Amino acid sequence: MGTWLQVLNSLSFAALLFVVASGFTLIFGLLRVVNLAHGALYLVGGYIGMTVTVATHSFAAGALVAAVAIAVAGLLLDRGLLNFVKDQELKQVLLTLGVALVLNDLALVIWGGDSRTIPIPEFLQGAAHFGTIYYPKYRLGVLAAGILIFLLLWLLYNRTRLGATIRAGVDDAEMVQAIGIDIRKLFLLTFMLGSALAGLGGVLGGAFLTLYPGADSEILVYGLAVVIIGGRGSLEGAAIGSLILGFLATFGQIWFPELAYFVIFGPMALLLAFRPLGLFGRA
Amino acid sequence: MRLLLRALLIAFFAFVIAVPFVLSVYPATLATEALILGLFAMSIDILAGVAGRVPLGHGAIFGVGAYVVAYHVAVSGGNAWIGMLLGIATAATVAALFGALAVRTTGVYFLLLTLAEGMIVWGICYRWTSVTGAENGIRGVARPALISDPHIFYYFVLLTVMMAAFLIWRLVHSPFGQALRGISESSSRMRTLGYNVPLTLTIAFTLSGVFAGLAGILFVLLNNFVSPSNVSLDQSTQGLLMVILGGAGTLWGGFVGSAVIIVLSNLVSAYTERWSMILGLMFIVTMLFASEGLIGKAKALVGARSAGRKTA
Repeated sequence: MGTWLQVLNSLSFAALLFVVASGFTLIFGLLRVVNLAHGALYLVGGYIGMTVTVATHSFAAGALVAAVAIAVAGLLLDRGLLNFVKDQELKQVLLTLGVALVLNDLALVIWGGDSRTIPIPEFLQGAAHFGTIYYPKYRLGVLAAGILIFLLLWLLYNRTRLGATIRAGVDDAEMVQAIGIDIRKLFLLTFMLGSALAGLGGVLGGAFLTLYPGADSEILVYGLAVVIIGGRGSLEGAAIGSLILGFLATFGQIWFPELAYFVIFGPMALLLAFRPLGLFGRA
Repeated sequence: MRLLLRALLIAFFAFVIAVPFVLSVYPATLATEALILGLFAMSIDILAGVAGRVPLGHGAIFGVGAYVVAYHVAVSGGNAWIGMLLGIATAATVAALFGALAVRTTGVYFLLLTLAEGMIVWGICYRWTSVTGAENGIRGVARPALISDPHIFYYFVLLTVMMAAFLIWRLVHSPFGQALRGISESSSRMRTLGYNVPLTLTIAFTLSGVFAGLAGILFVLLNNFVSPSNVSLDQSTQGLLMVILGGAGTLWGGFVGSAVIIVLSNLVSAYTERWSMILGLMFIVTMLFASEGLIGKAKALVGARSAGRKTA
């Protein structure tokens, strides 16, 4: 029974990781930008969602505002900063690292250093029970949200023209541009979508992992690991990577509490040493 | 111009040697710290500037050196000199492991993998309470009697750092260093020429780790204290920023970067607590306007001005 509880914990954590990492992998895959500010966007999104939820008493409004606000932040980041160091991968990474430092410190100024949480909607409060198992409804809600977002992204990716263009861009951005598609617009849209997912992730995660200074780098490292395992720009890779990490993180913390990080990231380091592009990655 | 530069250099070296006599205790401590972090930056530069592989996990290697000494001295009550040797050996081992896993990747993948490796070490330092004291860290790391006096310790650091810097300089200008530069430019060409690229890079990573670990050891002896923040991503980030500020690939630029950051962080913290924001802004501005480093930027500006004068 305890094991089932942990399986549910793993799954709901994996769902949250997927929401955050899918945005990260979209941006990394198409724009080749490793956005190390993704964790900071997650945290700021969570805080914005918290403020709005508290003010409006509506979790949905909080999530929506956070997603839109972080999408706009993504727009500013892409157009205002990354645009100036186009096609220079390392400069871009280091630039986003600077942005992360600034955003985190801003969040500390605005929302303080205490651990904060987002009030969850009434219908998701309390526990659901199946037979002898009691489980927080909210975490089941996160699991459902993760699955829903996966399905929506999958449809977008595989069943729409936009998705086809994005996939083509991941494989060969120059070719896409050569056949007359405005790749800048596509890049910008992707960056905004990826950022919105980070903001949404912040709201979903803020309500059960809580928000605090440092939550950004924790989620960022998990997100990185998911993308490294799954491979750049692969939606399925992000889903499988999230599941692997969700289980490793949950069971690692129970079985080897002191060495949990090793259990989580050791396999990733090994995998990368033998498959540098990840499970589903293509050069 | 040349004469002026030489005079300035001599004055600077005289200042470095006279630090304990000219500066009061606190600024002298800062100078010691600048030397130590300059060595740390230099160790990163071997990979970032020479071998063309930018690591973001060196804070972990720095921290491992510091933790081993701290544990050996403050927890098991061992001899500090032996602790220092153990610290270097452990840092080198960790670096060799990091390197062996990371050298097959390049560019951002190398950066991400070393970042993740660093996070593993951070996670262990943060969680392994019985050994590392978790977030409290390890306190009361006493210096050996011989170098316990702050003045003498300054000279000890100065001597060690200068020797290490000389060794790094020799390394980079040796055939081995040339091979690293070759790999940085084209690893496939080096492979065709018969070089074992992964092995060469792993050795470079390990040697870089020896110096990063040494810097960590000096750091813990200076502060008598180590905590997970010395192992964290921030430590790696700050080291890398020092390298870039000073100019990647110049080696001694690391000292410029470390002096700039340490002086600035102390000036700034007198007025505001927002040091981390300023560090971030520095990163952004450097990447946008001066990714060749402060010295390189200054040279370019002076060059542009004198060129402008010639045409006018």
